[in-house]
Amino acid sequence: CSCPRQVRLVVPIAVAFSPGSVPADLPRPLPFRDEQEMEITVNLRTSVTSHYEVVYRGTTAQEEAALAAATAREADAALHPLQDVSMGSLTMYVVPETSSLLPQGISVYVGKHRSALVRAGGSLAALQARLQQVTQLMSFTATSMAAALSDRVPDGRLSPDARRSLKSSLGYEITFSLLNPDPKSHAVDWDIEGAVNCYVKPVLDKLSLLANFSVDSQILYYAVLGVTPRYDKESSSFLLSTHSLPHVINPVEARLGSSAASLYPVLNFLLYVPERSHSPLYIQDKDGAPVSTNAFHSPRWGGIMVYNVEASASPQASLPLHVDVDMARVMEVFLAQLRLLFGLSRDELPAEFLLESPGNEGLADWELDHLLWAHTVENIATVSTTLTSLAQLLDKIGNIVIKDDVASEVYRAVASVQSAVAQLGKGHLHLAFQASKEAVTSSERAFFDPSLLHLLYFPDDQKFAIYIPLFLPMAVPILLSLAKIVRETRQRKKEPTKMD
Amino acid sequence: VCTSRFWFNYRHVANTLSVYRSVKRLGIPDSHIVLMLADDMACNPRNPKPATVFSHKNMELNVYGDDVEVDYRSYEVTVENFLRVLTGRIPPSTPRSKRLLSDDRSNILIYMTGHGGNGFLKFQDSEEITNVELADAFEQMWQKRRYNELLFIIDTCQGASMYERFYSPNIMALASSQVGEDSLSHQPDLGIGVHLMDRYTFYVLEFLEEIHPASQTNMNDLFQVCPKSLCVSTPGHRTDLFQRDPQNVLITDFFGSVRKVEITTEAISLDRDLAGFEREFPEDELATEPLKYAEQLPVAQIIHQKPKQKDWHPPGGFILGLWALIIMVFFKTYGIKHMKHVF
Repeated sequence: CSCPRQVRLVVPIAVAFSPGSVPADLPRPLPFRDEQEMEITVNLRTSVTSHYEVVYRGTTAQEEAALAAATAREADAALHPLQDVSMGSLTMYVVPETSSLLPQGISVYVGKHRSALVRAGGSLAALQARLQQVTQLMSFTATSMAAALSDRVPDGRLSPDARRSLKSSLGYEITFSLLNPDPKSHAVDWDIEGAVNCYVKPVLDKLSLLANFSVDSQILYYAVLGVTPRYDKESSSFLLSTHSLPHVINPVEARLGSSAASLYPVLNFLLYVPERSHSPLYIQDKDGAPVSTNAFHSPRWGGIMVYNVEASASPQASLPLHVDVDMARVMEVFLAQLRLLFGLSRDELPAEFLLESPGNEGLADWELDHLLWAHTVENIATVSTTLTSLAQLLDKIGNIVIKDDVASEVYRAVASVQSAVAQLGKGHLHLAFQASKEAVTSSERAFFDPSLLHLLYFPDDQKFAIYIPLFLPMAVPILLSLAKIVRETRQRKKEPTKMD
Repeated sequence: VCTSRFWFNYRHVANTLSVYRSVKRLGIPDSHIVLMLADDMACNPRNPKPATVFSHKNMELNVYGDDVEVDYRSYEVTVENFLRVLTGRIPPSTPRSKRLLSDDRSNILIYMTGHGGNGFLKFQDSEEITNVELADAFEQMWQKRRYNELLFIIDTCQGASMYERFYSPNIMALASSQVGEDSLSHQPDLGIGVHLMDRYTFYVLEFLEEIHPASQTNMNDLFQVCPKSLCVSTPGHRTDLFQRDPQNVLITDFFGSVRKVEITTEAISLDRDLAGFEREFPEDELATEPLKYAEQLPVAQIIHQKPKQKDWHPPGGFILGLWALIIMVFFKTYGIKHMKHVF
């Protein structure tokens, strides 16, 4: 297999200096190009080289007009149409150190699209250090690459983010379930269709570049959690402690009906309305305080949120109480969990960074790029492992017949992965991702073709046991006749000398 | 996987169903279990208690119950299907419940029981799987990272021979007897008339009864189950391919399912006005015609049908052959000159 062991990821970056922010110690006058390479080693044999192609230039008049806006958010919105919108590329605008565009104490503002505003730091070296940090945040870091290639990294060395994220797949199925264990007391009504159309669809549309998504929903009655919550007298509420949470999922999963879904990985989002006798129910974190979102999630599975119904004002209210679920609040939590399940977290940031919230779209453009980088690298790694192991299998068992379509899938996979690596080397993230997706589809189809089953092992003693009873009886008369013929020929040769 | 069929192999089905029950009790849902059984015990005509499979004598515990979900039953339990499930080379029309949809974070438990010998395991009295094939299948799984860790338990005669050839990492194996020894059965029940369980599985199940989803018992305890005094055969195990120390491996890592969970600490903020949200009020139910079943069986037509005319067929080969024989015998005895009287 000619798949390269070294993958080069090229990130095109433009750094635009606004007037008053140019550092004094530039090596050459603007505009100029610079290239930096960094090697990310995942394990002994696999490494990824990141190659940053930076163009340093001054801002154009339109950009300067946009940067004259009052707040960073407006500036970001105004700069968006002026940028290079190809995926994987980044633009950074350097503003003067004393600029009021960025709030006090903030030196980097990352926008919703693919640009950032950076405060000048005096010398070029300080600026470059800051730019390096921003670039890594917005494209990929050593940790995200290790997460993408997580099957080559021993488990103990992965960060929690890495262990959480979903594997790259061609599609995902999202299931929203409403669990009502007490229909006699609560008649719960949720407008899931409306919520999906208004809140979930924009996010999935943005993610549609990454994979196909399908959404379904269901309502389950009399589905209880497997754990009995504890009553807490001080807060007069019921509490679920952190160490009992892992046991909640299994009894519910048996009833979710996920076996009827498609072959794509399923993400389950459950909304649990506690029984009247166990209301209100709060989830405790490890310090004992109730969690604000009242929700928890499990990596590669989905999330559960507990929705407490306000106790009715009058005790004589007729049961069942009609409950209208506030879908916006629920979707805020579910979409946050969806982001976390995909590995997009905004946790470990330096204090001087300010990230713009992506709003209803759910994720910023650069976060989508982040996913695309990770998934492309993961796909390429998967394809190379699959094809190598397929080659080893075919070497080992020589008499497997390879059908024509399996062979053509293999050729297609090799061509696609080579194209993906080439596109990555040129910095075209979108094309690289599409090529890597094709490569994965072809290689999986070739590897998992049902005709490649190797029921062909015959141990030597079995071969003897089968063939000897067949051939030995047949061979006896043949061998004896041959012996007789040989003996007769030899006798005939001798006889002329005997007879005179 | 239960690899035997026929009534006298009742104990293998009871073994498998008991392990299935334990695993479900400890939390693994049916969607994560692939159960392969010949399934000919509960409705067998020789079963004095139909629809039951007992695992203790005096009919204490019915392991068949009402919620057994068998994925491969009867003649579908073949070596080919078993290897297809393991390696994933399944025809695209196979439903999700018959597939092993594991990934690189899944721990897999494989329990096999039946009749075996030195290096092979008999499948349904008609074919065998060898230890080399099994080892190759596991290697294929490892190449595609279809498992994180794998526990292989086998309860057959000479079971240890089946795990001799494994060479893929992260596999731990347990067997009920060494090469050259037979695994013996445990309790016959006079009411049912067959042996109900095998010894090794019986004691493993006694051990598993003590385990609950949060217990911290480790694998070393499982290795001590069923010493020679109780089991007559010597159980064996193999841990050299496993990376962790068995002392640190919990039983529930394989037999139960304890997920890693994280608290969701923050929610995103959605702009409610931006989303053109209109609450649709449910429409009143329109009155429709009462529903009725479609005509399934044209009963009127069947009752008044006339019997069908049967087509005429020439006499079959047997009759022709018989007449040819009679005629030949006749002419042999009396000579050919009588032929002119026939024609």
